[in-house]
Amino acid sequence: MLEINNLHVEIDGKKILNGLNLHVKRGEVAAIMGPNGSGKSTLSYVIAGKEDYTVTEGEILLDGVNILEMEPHERAHAGLFLAFQYPLEIPGVATMTFLKAALNAQAKSRGEDELSPGEFMKKVREAAGKLGINPDMLKRPLNVGFSGGEKKRMEILQMALLEPKMAILDETDSGLDIDALRIVAEGVNAHRDPDHAFLVITHYQRLLDHIRPDTVHVMAKGQIVRTGGPEIALELEERGYAEYLGNAA
Amino acid sequence: MPAVKETVETVRKIDVDQYKYGFVTDIESELAPKGLDEDTVRFISAKKNEPAWLLEWRLEAFRRWQTMQEPTWARVRYPEIDFQDLHYYAAPKKTPGPKSLDEVDPELLKTYEKLGIPLREREILAGVEGAKVAVDAVFDSVSVVTTFKEELAKAGVIFCAISEAVHTHPELVKQYLGTVVPTTDNFYATLNSAVFSDGSFVYIPPGVKCPMELSTYFRINEQKTGQFERTLIIADKGSYVSYLEGCTAPKRDEAQLHAAVVELVALDDAEIKYSTVQNWYPGDKDGKGGIYNFVTKRGDCRGQRSKISWTQVETGSAITWKYPSCILRGEGSSGEFYSIAISNGYQQVDSGTKMIHLGKNTTSKILAKGIAAGRSDNTYRGQVTAHRKATGARNFTNCDSLLIGDLCGAHTIPYIESKNSSAVFEHEATTSKIAEDQLFYCMQRGLDEEEAVALIVNGFVKEVLQQLPMEFAVEAQKLIAVSLEGSVG
Repeated sequence: MLEINNLHVEIDGKKILNGLNLHVKRGEVAAIMGPNGSGKSTLSYVIAGKEDYTVTEGEILLDGVNILEMEPHERAHAGLFLAFQYPLEIPGVATMTFLKAALNAQAKSRGEDELSPGEFMKKVREAAGKLGINPDMLKRPLNVGFSGGEKKRMEILQMALLEPKMAILDETDSGLDIDALRIVAEGVNAHRDPDHAFLVITHYQRLLDHIRPDTVHVMAKGQIVRTGGPEIALELEERGYAEYLGNAA
Repeated sequence: MPAVKETVETVRKIDVDQYKYGFVTDIESELAPKGLDEDTVRFISAKKNEPAWLLEWRLEAFRRWQTMQEPTWARVRYPEIDFQDLHYYAAPKKTPGPKSLDEVDPELLKTYEKLGIPLREREILAGVEGAKVAVDAVFDSVSVVTTFKEELAKAGVIFCAISEAVHTHPELVKQYLGTVVPTTDNFYATLNSAVFSDGSFVYIPPGVKCPMELSTYFRINEQKTGQFERTLIIADKGSYVSYLEGCTAPKRDEAQLHAAVVELVALDDAEIKYSTVQNWYPGDKDGKGGIYNFVTKRGDCRGQRSKISWTQVETGSAITWKYPSCILRGEGSSGEFYSIAISNGYQQVDSGTKMIHLGKNTTSKILAKGIAAGRSDNTYRGQVTAHRKATGARNFTNCDSLLIGDLCGAHTIPYIESKNSSAVFEHEATTSKIAEDQLFYCMQRGLDEEEAVALIVNGFVKEVLQQLPMEFAVEAQKLIAVSLEGSVG
C-alpha cells in the first residue's frame, strides 16, 4: 500500500530524514514510535505533500505510484489522509460546509456525482453520532473554539467520511483525556479492514492499548531503526528511547 | 522552496489578465466630440431633448466644476487625467425608440449573453414571461430596453431611464435631483452633474412594497469614453424597494474614467436596500489599463424610522474611490453598510462609508471586509459622526482585512466624531493573513488550491454575503472565486 524507499528530506538546508525506509501493507495497522525530534511529524507532512520540505532523494509509492510529484489534493484523491496533530481553524466556514466541500471534491475526482443534500446530512449525522460529536458543533466554523479533544474527534470524523485507503494519524493521542482517546481509537478500529491501512504516529504507548498495531517501527534521527511486533511498544514504555538516540546513523 | 517564498513567486507571476468579459461589441456609436466645455454640456442636453431647467442645472454644475480641484486625499495613485482628452457622450446607434425587443440590436442581446447575465434575466430580455427580475439594461450611456414596466406600473412603481423620467415625471426629478448629492458636492459628483449621460430612476409610491427586485446592468463599451451614470431612487412613505446593480466592462488598453452618482431618498418608514456587484476591468497583469471608478453614492434617510442599507461586492476596477453613505436625518432612522472589497494584481481600493447621524435615536452598522492579494492596496476609509442634536445615536463598526501573499497592503482609516455625549460608537478592526497551513489543511482533504482559497475567503466574507439577495449572493460567491484565481502559490 505505502512504500517509502531511501527518503532523504531537508528543511531550510537542515536534514531531517536520512534514508528512511518504511512499508505498510494493505489492511495493516502500523505504528511509528520515536522520541521528540526524530522526524515523525516531518514524515507525515512529507507523505501528505506539505510544501516547506525538500525531498533530496528517495521515493514514496502509494499503490505502486510515486506520489512525490503530486499536489496535496491529488494525494488526497489517491486515498491518502492525514489526521493533523494540530488541526487548523477555518473561520466563517461551517464544519458541515467544509465536510461537503471535501467530500464533493473527492467525489468529483473519482468522476462520481455529488451526494444529495439528504444523503450527505444523513451520512454525516450518523458518523458524528458514533464519535459522540454534538450535531450543533457541525454548524460551527470548523475547529474555531473547539477543545483539543473536539478537534481530534473532528479529524476522525473527516477520516470516517472520506474513507481513505491509507490514513496517517499524527500524534492523535496528544492532548486527549482517556475517554476521548477511547472514542478516537474506536473510530479508527471501526475502519480496520483488509482494504484500509493505518500509520499511527505516537510518542506514547497508551494509544496502542486501544489501537492494537500489527507492526511497530521505532524511529530515531530520521530513520526507522527497529521494526517488530506490538511487544516493542511495551518495551519502549519500560525502557524509553535512550538506547536509540546513541546508535542511529 | 519555503512556502512563503513560493507564494511570493506565484503572486509575482499572477495573471490577472484573464478578464473574462474582455470583448468589445461592434456597435456604431455616436460620440460627442472630445473635450469638455459649455458646448459639450449643451450638446449632451440637446441630444436628450432636455428641458431648459436641466440644461441650466448642468451648466451651473459645470461652472462650479471649473473652479474645483481633484481630491488627492485618497490612498490611490494614477497618472493625471486629461479631462479634455475624453469623450463625454456615447450612445448606441439610434433606432427610433425601440418598442419591443425585436427592435433591439441583436448585437446588444449577444452582449448580455457574453456578460453571463443569468439565464432567467436573459429570458426577460428576450421577452419570456413569468420571471420576476426587472432589468433596465444600460448599454453604454443610454438605456436601451426597459422591461416589466407594466407589472411595475400596476403597483404604481416608476422604474425607467432617468432621461425618460425627465420627460415623463419632471416634477419628481426636479424635486429630488441633486438634493442628496448637491451639484457642489465634490469634484467628480460635480463633473457628473454637468455631463451625466443616463441612469435609472425609481419611484415607489407611499405604502407600496415593490413587487420585484429591480436590477440594472451597467456596461462601459466605448473606447475612451467617460461614463457618467446618474441614478435617483425615491422611496415614499412606508414603501420598500430592493435595487440590484451589477457591472462588467470590456477589456481595453486605456484607463477609463467612471464617475457615477447615486442618490437615494427614503421618506417616513420607507426602506431602500441597494446591492452592488462590481466587476469592472481591473487592468492587465502589469497594472495597465482598467477602470477608474470615482463614485459618489449617498442615501438620505429623510423620514422618521426610514432605513437605507448598502451592500457591495467590489472586485473590479483599477482604482476604486467609493463611499456609499447614509445621512441619518429622520428620527429613529437607520443606515447599514455591508461591503466586500477584493483587490488583486495592481488594483487600488479606497472605499468605505460615511454614517452621518443628524437625528435622534439614529442607528448605523458598518461591516466591511477587505481582501488584498497580488500587489494591490486595499484601504477602508470610514466616517461616523454625530451631530449635536443626534441624541442616542449608535454605531457599530467592524472592519476586517485579509491579506493573501506579502506584496499587498491593507489599511483601515476610521474617522469618528461625536458632538453629542449620549452617542455610542463602537469600532472593531482586525487584519489577518491566509495561512499556508490552512491551505495545506484544506488541500489535504481534497480541495485544489483555488477551491481552498475560495472556501477560506468565502468564510471570511460570509456575514456580508448573507446580506445580498439570494441569486445575487450565488453570483457574488462565484465572482469572488474568479477574482482571486491564481492569487496564491
